[in-house]
Amino acid sequence: MNKLNFLSPNKNNLYTYLYSGIGLFSLSILIVFLNSFFSLDLTSFLPGTISFFLPLIIGFIGLHLIRIEYSGIKFLDTINKNINTNKFNALLSLLIIFAVIKSLPPLLSWFIIDANFTGDSKDACSGSGACWAYIKTWFNRFMYGMYPNAEQWRINLSFIALTFLGGVGFFASEKFKKYLTLYYVVVYPIIAFLFIFFFISGGPIFFDFSYGIIAAVISIVIGFFIPSKFKMYYFIIVPITIYILLKYAFFYEELIELGKIQAFEWVETGAWGGLSLTFIVSFFCLIFCFPVGLFLSLGRRSDLPIIKYISIGFIEFWRGVPLITVLFMSSVMFPMFLPEDMFIDKLVRVIIAISLFEAAYVAEVIRGGLQALPRGQYDAAKSLGMGYWKMHIFVILPQALKLVIPGIANTFLALVKDTPLIFVVGLLEIVGMLNLAKTNPEWLGFAMEGYVFASIVFFIICYAMSKYSYNLEQKYKTER
Amino acid sequence: MNFKKILPQLITLVVVILVFGFFSYNAQVNMENRGITFGYGFLSQESSFDVQFSLIEYDGSHSYFRAYLVGLLNTILVSVIGIIFATIIGVVVGIARLSSNYLIERTAAIYVEFFRNIPLLLQIFFWYFAALRALPLPEKAEPMFGVFFLTIKGFFIPAFIWNNLDIFIYSVIAAIIAIIFVRAYAKKKQENEGTQTPVLLISIGFLIILPLLSFLLGGVDASIEIPVIEQLSKTSFTYKGGLKLPPELISLALALSLYTATFIAECVRAGVQGVSKGQKEAAASIGLTPNQVLKLVVMPQALRIIIPPTTNQYLNLTKNSSLAAAIAYPDLVLVFAGTALMQTGRAIEIVSITMLTYLTLSITISIFMNWYNKKIAIKEK
Repeated sequence: MNKLNFLSPNKNNLYTYLYSGIGLFSLSILIVFLNSFFSLDLTSFLPGTISFFLPLIIGFIGLHLIRIEYSGIKFLDTINKNINTNKFNALLSLLIIFAVIKSLPPLLSWFIIDANFTGDSKDACSGSGACWAYIKTWFNRFMYGMYPNAEQWRINLSFIALTFLGGVGFFASEKFKKYLTLYYVVVYPIIAFLFIFFFISGGPIFFDFSYGIIAAVISIVIGFFIPSKFKMYYFIIVPITIYILLKYAFFYEELIELGKIQAFEWVETGAWGGLSLTFIVSFFCLIFCFPVGLFLSLGRRSDLPIIKYISIGFIEFWRGVPLITVLFMSSVMFPMFLPEDMFIDKLVRVIIAISLFEAAYVAEVIRGGLQALPRGQYDAAKSLGMGYWKMHIFVILPQALKLVIPGIANTFLALVKDTPLIFVVGLLEIVGMLNLAKTNPEWLGFAMEGYVFASIVFFIICYAMSKYSYNLEQKYKTER
Repeated sequence: MNFKKILPQLITLVVVILVFGFFSYNAQVNMENRGITFGYGFLSQESSFDVQFSLIEYDGSHSYFRAYLVGLLNTILVSVIGIIFATIIGVVVGIARLSSNYLIERTAAIYVEFFRNIPLLLQIFFWYFAALRALPLPEKAEPMFGVFFLTIKGFFIPAFIWNNLDIFIYSVIAAIIAIIFVRAYAKKKQENEGTQTPVLLISIGFLIILPLLSFLLGGVDASIEIPVIEQLSKTSFTYKGGLKLPPELISLALALSLYTATFIAECVRAGVQGVSKGQKEAAASIGLTPNQVLKLVVMPQALRIIIPPTTNQYLNLTKNSSLAAAIAYPDLVLVFAGTALMQTGRAIEIVSITMLTYLTLSITISIFMNWYNKKIAIKEK
């Protein structure tokens, strides 16, 4: 039998060390656990400071005792390797474990146990926890801003339709894959624009365009199942047929005049808001900033000096100023630059400003992809007799864009996180609505709940996006 | 061939000139209609508005230019504070993410994922409107270490009262210059003779002795002023003396540094991971101590990867500090592009000055960083 040496535990007398170590470690956790969940102080008989640090000391000794290399017990080795490699790591691990145990009860009680979930006024929230009734009452405002409650199905329907149309790419069969780029770059943005502009804002002009949209949507969806032989004719004939059918055969106009169908109420952009506005702004900025950024990046790498320097100047200018000043510019300075009788909607101005701003960042990302391509690609394309545009469209850009997908996704992530800034011009998306709700005299004092709610919403959106972009990155990495 | 090159340039140029011409023509017409003349003369006029927090002496009787300086200095102040804390947190978290300890690595990862996926503006609002509002009133505040008071009205800390501060500053500058010379000398000596000089000890010595001399001989004198509670009215209390950090500054600096630190942490992680294992092994095999391996082999290579993206983050932080306007911290945007613009109505001049200021800041930092990058880049043959 070897002598016990508690200063350097070893494999001899393994179980003595192990049992005493685990005992001490569990004891320390038990002390903290009881203290934090049941506010029991097991060590109150000791002087204050010692009592305070006792769990740490006990746990530290416990971890020291079970730190036995190559013990032959798989579980123990895993623990030692991951949280208990040396004294410093053991101390940090203990601190983290204690911090988690300590912070759980207050968090749980605030979030769930003492929180109020029901009720529709401030009086319902009497507990010390969160007032989720506040979020529930204001939920519609946080999602749709000042958009009339009765009309909110229009926003929902638009988003559902756009999500569905956006997802078409995943279901398209192999035959139609080659049309997808065209679809996403040209057709989809136009449909989305029509949807949001004419369906969400509504008003009398809605009907003139709604037929066109419906016709286009139906024909495109059916179009994916039509043999390619007839495609050309199909895309010309079917939309027109549907349009005419809708306009004349179904007698919509008469129905409206008879009052059986109401024309959609006009909702001005100032009333839009909440999370749906976040989506609308980021969606359009993404669509617009991509082509602008693409041309800027090509311009910056061009041989033509004037184009090159204009592109550089443009990119560096937008990258050098904060977005908030750009928005200031769009709201106070830009109207000065327009003819007196010309008025551009606030939301449109904001979308243009953010798009130009993000385009500069997208341009730099794409330039990175262009630079990463080996020179041989350019030379090979040129030696085949391709011109500038042919070379870029068929050889360079497909490869370069593939490389920069994660970068573009990151820019888009930044864009989504930047949208709350539109409060500067008086548009209230979710964070702006929170600040408005916070100052409502009937609901004073619930700032924390609102911000926690918005944080969770943004976290879910942004985290999902960053994980998706990471997956894309991994996917394309293996393909190259 | 030549025609093909000139035409697109010509078209672009004409379009750009037309757009600019259109805008400036309209601007002229609009300003004439409103009876404003374009010019920067208003900068010397009396501003007649007050700013809550300023580093230099300022009140309503000073000029608009002075107001601009107040805003600019406040922007620089919060950016510098943010950069310092973001770097410290970022480096610690970045290294923690490389830790072999599972708990530490996860904690750091959760921190990074959480803070960087929430909009900065939301974080600023959270700290300002929710977290700092939960602090106690001045009369109920518990002192930290007896001298720091964290209250809802701000963070009150002791301040130094200096006599002959300039001499003290000169002594510190002199110490730094002396250290630079000693380092250069030590490096030369090592290259020539192979002997090492204890540079660190000498540097610390200089840093202690020279300022100490300024106290003993130069007549420098410092005393510490501790904030003391004072009653303003029946229910209103505040602290007098010491230094007051307003809650706007605290929440802004906190949010900026916590947000930017996540990005810096990722840069640091990528940098350290970017140094190949073979480098460390090779360095160890030629007999360098672990400290020397870190200092002479790993860090120089890691820094080369870390510094460019980190500079970008510093720039972002400086630009993001303009979000101060949302919580009424008197930075450049709030003071100048906000209040001053409201009062004078000179949108074009003021917005252009504000943008140019940020542009100058950005371009200065990026030029400096490009120079630095070139300096530390691998010199290939």
